[in-house]
Amino acid sequence: MNQLDFPILSLMMGLPMLAAIICLFLNAQAARWLALATTLALFVLGIVLWANYDIGGPQWQYVERSDLFGNFAWALGIDGISMMLIMLTVFLMPICIGASWESIQTRVGEYMAAFLFMEVLMIGVFAAQDIFLFYILFEAGLIPMYLIIGIWGGANRIYASYKFFLYTLLGSVVMLIAMLWMVQDAGTSDIPTLLNYDFAPEAQTWLWLAFFASFAVKMPMWPVHTWLPDAHVQAPTAGSVILAGVLLKMGGYGFLRFSLPMFPEASEQFIWLVFGLSMVAVIYTSLVALVQQDMKKLIAYSSVAHMAIVTLGLFAFNRQGIEGAVIVMLSHGLVSGALFLCVGVIYDRLHTREIDRYGGLAINMPKYAILFLLFTMASIGLPGTSGFVGEFLSLIGLYEVNSWVTLVATTGIILGAGYMLYLYRRVAFGELVHEDVKAMPDLSAREMALLAPIAAAVMWMGVYPESFMAPIRGDVGALVARIDRAAPEGDAHLKMGEAKAVAKDHAEGEAH
Amino acid sequence: MGIGNSLWLVSPEIFLSISSLVLLMVAAWGGDKSARLVTILSAAALFGASTLLMSLAHMPEFKGGVFAFDGQYRMDAFGSSAKFLIYIAAIVSLMIAPRFFQAGGKYRAEYPILILFACIGMGMMVSATDMMTLYIGLELNSLSAYVLASFIRTDVRSSEAGLKYFVLGALASGMLLFGISLVYGFAGSTSFAVIGDTLSGDLSTGPLIGLVLVLSGLAFKISAVPFHMWTPDVYEGAPTPVSAFFASAPKVAAVALTARVIIDAFGGQTSAWQQIIVFVALASIILGAVAAIGQQNIKRLLAYSSINNVGFLLIGLATGTAAGISAMMFYLAIYVAMTLGSFICVLEMRDKDGRPLESLSSLAGLSQTRPGLAAAFAVFMFSLAGIPPLFGFWGKFLVFDAAVAAGMLPLAVIGIAASVIGAFYYIKVVKIIYFDDPAGEIVSTGHKTENILIAVMALFVSPLGYLAIPFVAPITAAAAASLF
Repeated sequence: MNQLDFPILSLMMGLPMLAAIICLFLNAQAARWLALATTLALFVLGIVLWANYDIGGPQWQYVERSDLFGNFAWALGIDGISMMLIMLTVFLMPICIGASWESIQTRVGEYMAAFLFMEVLMIGVFAAQDIFLFYILFEAGLIPMYLIIGIWGGANRIYASYKFFLYTLLGSVVMLIAMLWMVQDAGTSDIPTLLNYDFAPEAQTWLWLAFFASFAVKMPMWPVHTWLPDAHVQAPTAGSVILAGVLLKMGGYGFLRFSLPMFPEASEQFIWLVFGLSMVAVIYTSLVALVQQDMKKLIAYSSVAHMAIVTLGLFAFNRQGIEGAVIVMLSHGLVSGALFLCVGVIYDRLHTREIDRYGGLAINMPKYAILFLLFTMASIGLPGTSGFVGEFLSLIGLYEVNSWVTLVATTGIILGAGYMLYLYRRVAFGELVHEDVKAMPDLSAREMALLAPIAAAVMWMGVYPESFMAPIRGDVGALVARIDRAAPEGDAHLKMGEAKAVAKDHAEGEAH
Repeated sequence: MGIGNSLWLVSPEIFLSISSLVLLMVAAWGGDKSARLVTILSAAALFGASTLLMSLAHMPEFKGGVFAFDGQYRMDAFGSSAKFLIYIAAIVSLMIAPRFFQAGGKYRAEYPILILFACIGMGMMVSATDMMTLYIGLELNSLSAYVLASFIRTDVRSSEAGLKYFVLGALASGMLLFGISLVYGFAGSTSFAVIGDTLSGDLSTGPLIGLVLVLSGLAFKISAVPFHMWTPDVYEGAPTPVSAFFASAPKVAAVALTARVIIDAFGGQTSAWQQIIVFVALASIILGAVAAIGQQNIKRLLAYSSINNVGFLLIGLATGTAAGISAMMFYLAIYVAMTLGSFICVLEMRDKDGRPLESLSSLAGLSQTRPGLAAAFAVFMFSLAGIPPLFGFWGKFLVFDAAVAAGMLPLAVIGIAASVIGAFYYIKVVKIIYFDDPAGEIVSTGHKTENILIAVMALFVSPLGYLAIPFVAPITAAAAASLF
């Protein structure tokens, strides 16, 4: 069946499902421990997955399939890209549970059940090998997220939860019609087969648009990003972490898994659209982030800007761009998750997210200030952190296609440095003017245990990204080979000169 | 085909007729004291009829479907599976009734008997292959339904519901009958098969008007827009078990009947009926979604929800293909479970004196006072909205799949986009149940029968329902195949 002779992916979905049901019947403390134990067990299973992953082996590994449902199958299997995203999920989940340990005091059992159910769905989305199974799991995420925002969210949670639900639902339903058409046309709902099926170019246009409607909302791309700041601000800390860390990646994963390989011609045809929207997003949302007074909103807008770098990299149609985009997704998952946790830490103390209420935290919360600085720098893309690797690669890939777009995107990164440093200055530096801020204790052991692993992962990805790039290299290669026939001609018309070659080697040396 | 064989083919109906007449005698002599006994025996009779039905359906000589009474009636997989659903819905409506009626006064033995009569009528409807059989079945069902709607005579709303239903129903029957007479005039026969053979090629104005009137009369029975106006009033006014019954069994019967009329009698006139059904389907989906948003009464809301769902059912019918009919039958099965489940949840909404509550606001914070009931309610709402992974999604999936396969892409796209509008009010109910502070109005602890029924329905529409696909899909496929 697979290298473990064991349906490990089904186990990774079944275990949290079971735990979620049990959590509903437990008291608060027992539910917390059960959720933590389950998510940690899944993290261990994730490591088993990674350790046994055969780099350079078959494209799809840990494949399992049973035709349970007539029209579609319970088909799971992962390639390197899915595996890295699953790793991101199982890594962030115990941290989410830990982040909710003290801040969630009402209806704890239901809360933990919702998170565990969320984990089932996220793993399932990345592992699904049947297009309808993918759709069901992709859409099902709406229900627990709706409940998480609506029950445990902030003051304006009802509006945010409606907006989140209806926005993403509207984006996705048309995709279902497109999937139905595709399966009729190709005669199979098996994703690996569909990946190599050539749809007629005229049909691709419509199919691409239908998928785009869904993934652009999920991503989110400008101008359909407006649900994100609302959802982030109102969601509880752990909800924001999972939203920014994993759920947004489903949009990028969708482009990577469906739009690009299944509709290469249409992807090329709409490159202007993606580039145009992404350019606006990079500049506009960065500027919006600059003037935010609410910390969570600021980070939410920065997410939109970072996701625009992902779409730019993906639609560069070349190896650097796509590998870079995947690394940005992973890096952003860690960094934005960590930033939301950082906000959560001080929110738990002062119960406000207003930036002006803080200031001078470096004086009384030095440990916090150091970690917050690290994640700020990673978000900016400082070399040595994970942010640099992904953004650098994406932009290199993009530069091969269009130097003007790259110019705009790079400007966005400068703006990113602007709003993040400005945020950090206002929160951590300056004098301690507020009495209540002065009284805030530094990180507790629990909070340290939440942030330290992310910090380690961010540094690891920044210093030795090869660990993360090795599993995805083959899959990106296959993707590039698949879409190469539609790849746009670059505007730079680069000629391999002596000096260029040295510069390129240098770049790769640094990236690996 | 001899008369004996014909009688054997309609044995479920005969069995039900005899049972209901005998039980009527029991009720007449036993009075209302016998109400509970009559209810149990009625449920047993329905169960017996289901068994007869199954054994008939499984006989090899009846596999492809057989005509009885010289083409008046047809015993086939389509009719049998529809009848099976109807009987199940009726049994559930019987199980939930006694406690409801006793809380508000006296339970009367006529209730189960009227349900039985309605079931006989519905059985005739789904098996009818002749306009006359159709009409008789329809009227038998309708007349029972009018009485059921006004079953609590002392309640003004109930009487009003009965009256409204009767007046509008009579109007619809009139339209239907007029349509039938026009079609008969041009085709020279009331038999579906003969009509189908005679009315070929371009329709002249006369039979076209006949077709439109027949469809209008049927649209009234399935409460499709623009003949839906009675639905919210009747569902709101009728006693809740009766509303549950109306939303399930007669809907199955009327939808199945419409499918048979369209495929058998007007199968050659696709272009004539298809545009009507497409319009009715989309109008029902959109109106059912938009009009429900402002509702404050949960029963009215569920009435609009049923209009909305009928729209999706009709998308399956609009394709006119076997896949579409099969999808429609599957959707019906899921719909019956969802809608019965929701209505039983409504039944559980009682205040401390046992009086039924119907306003949406009384549901506030139910998740904290009755977590199990709240979860079931949320499951039904998300399922009615068609959100995966709940099983309600599967019904929509199948009808849209059929529409796409039939090349009706605009219909599919508009229909599914409109389903998002509908999602709004379903999640609003969930919001009231889960996000709002407890209103503390619903204090009843629930009743064992009701709780078990809710649990069964909720399990069926939960993701576990997907495991049922390999068992249900062949049945619906066979049902659809027997029409063509």
